Amino acid sequence: MAQKIGRQTYRIEKPVYVKNAASVVGPREKAGPLGKYFEEWEDEDFGEDTWEKGESRFVGAALTSLLTKENVSSDAIDCVLSGDLENQCTASSCGLKNSNIPYFGVFGACSTMGESLALGSLLVDGGGFHNVICMTSSNFCAAEKQFRFPMELGGQKPPTAQCTVTGAGAILLTDTVCKTRVTHVTPGIIENYQIKDANNMGAAMAPACASTVKAHFTDTGRTAADYDLIVTGDLGILGSTLFREIMDIHGYPVSNHKDCGELIFDPHTQDTFSGGSGCGCSAVVLASYILREMNQGRWNRVLFVATGALMSPVSVKQGDPILGIAHGVVLENG
Amino acid sequence: MSGNLDRLTEKQYSTMAASKEGKSKLWKDCLMAFLIGGLICLIAQGIKDFLLSGFFAENVYAFDEEGAAAITTLIMVFLGAFLTAINVYDNIGRIAGAGSIVPITGFANSIVSPAMEFRSEGHILGVGAQMFIVAGPVLVYGTSAAVLVGLIYFLLH
Repeated sequence: MAQKIGRQTYRIEKPVYVKNAASVVGPREKAGPLGKYFEEWEDEDFGEDTWEKGESRFVGAALTSLLTKENVSSDAIDCVLSGDLENQCTASSCGLKNSNIPYFGVFGACSTMGESLALGSLLVDGGGFHNVICMTSSNFCAAEKQFRFPMELGGQKPPTAQCTVTGAGAILLTDTVCKTRVTHVTPGIIENYQIKDANNMGAAMAPACASTVKAHFTDTGRTAADYDLIVTGDLGILGSTLFREIMDIHGYPVSNHKDCGELIFDPHTQDTFSGGSGCGCSAVVLASYILREMNQGRWNRVLFVATGALMSPVSVKQGDPILGIAHGVVLENG
Repeated sequence: MSGNLDRLTEKQYSTMAASKEGKSKLWKDCLMAFLIGGLICLIAQGIKDFLLSGFFAENVYAFDEEGAAAITTLIMVFLGAFLTAINVYDNIGRIAGAGSIVPITGFANSIVSPAMEFRSEGHILGVGAQMFIVAGPVLVYGTSAAVLVGLIYFLLH
């Protein structure tokens, strides 16, 4: 059973290991700076006639890829936790409808990868589950349609805007010994700093990210120096700057920080404004780049913090603030 | 205040976030809007002048000023719709901004783009119901403003 330390952090007692990971991305992600880490890529519509069906195919493809890599059948998987940005998480449910794996739908906006990874680790730690898959997806076109304007509408976006990542990432957690293990999870609290601009998610999420990281440091007695890398979900360029400044103010400077939203695109050549976003952003970067580099020993202790902006098109139109949330998971080699 | 960040107030954060925000390139955006918006108008003027030229009067039909203006509008709406359908107008809009939104080609784009986007939800609840999600407010408040101004004009005269 996980041991609670401090206010928000849980230490995983029974070892929970990251067995393998898989990701499938879109063309823009493949063309980005991390392109060489992404083994599989497809067009945004995945050959389907709607963006939504396309996103479901990404979910299914990431799952199939993971099962194929491990050479296991779906019967060996105790459950899958998945979420996305579509209404009622239909990308996950439709994408997993033929998987024959018990399914929990989870929603934490773009923090969903952190949420599913945290919950999955706790299930393996104390819930009698042996093999759990944690995954999320997002699709640029489906997200534009649901949250913003039609794809073909001509217009401009402010520099604070972020670009939803197309892709799905899946991670297999297990209780049999592997190189990388999950040692702590720090679920986040909701932070509200009255940001109301739906084109400025980075600013809405940065305080929540700082809140979770600060809580993690306070609970564990650690500082940023105890980690080889602190990797955040999708704060983007602006959000990352704000996050580091808030950490400075609270006496926890963070110099070894990278952000998945900043890593995945080149804003100068790819027209992606403040960087990448969406559930798929942190999922594909973690499942490919971060875990592979950890496996090769470049980093041995990583704090992964997926960040999310809790809002809906209705709440934004009604003038409600965009709430921030972030969930932290510690990954450690050996 | 609630939350974990005891050294950061809402007010402080709002100032901090605003100071870090990148600004739009105002001068460049204005110049591109002027150039591309102007180009669209220039094309329309060319079409109208052509319609009014001797070519049509001699061969087909002599347009008067009003007829030529109406046909020009139709052609520009068609061009806007066509460029939207072949996935070009959004790329123009990314550079031109208001320059491609304000002319009537932009109006066509605002109706055709949701029609394309929501085609997947069927002809009634998709195309029919969603077609005016962008242009709807312009029609509602444009018509209302016209009625209001007309009424004032009527009362004054």
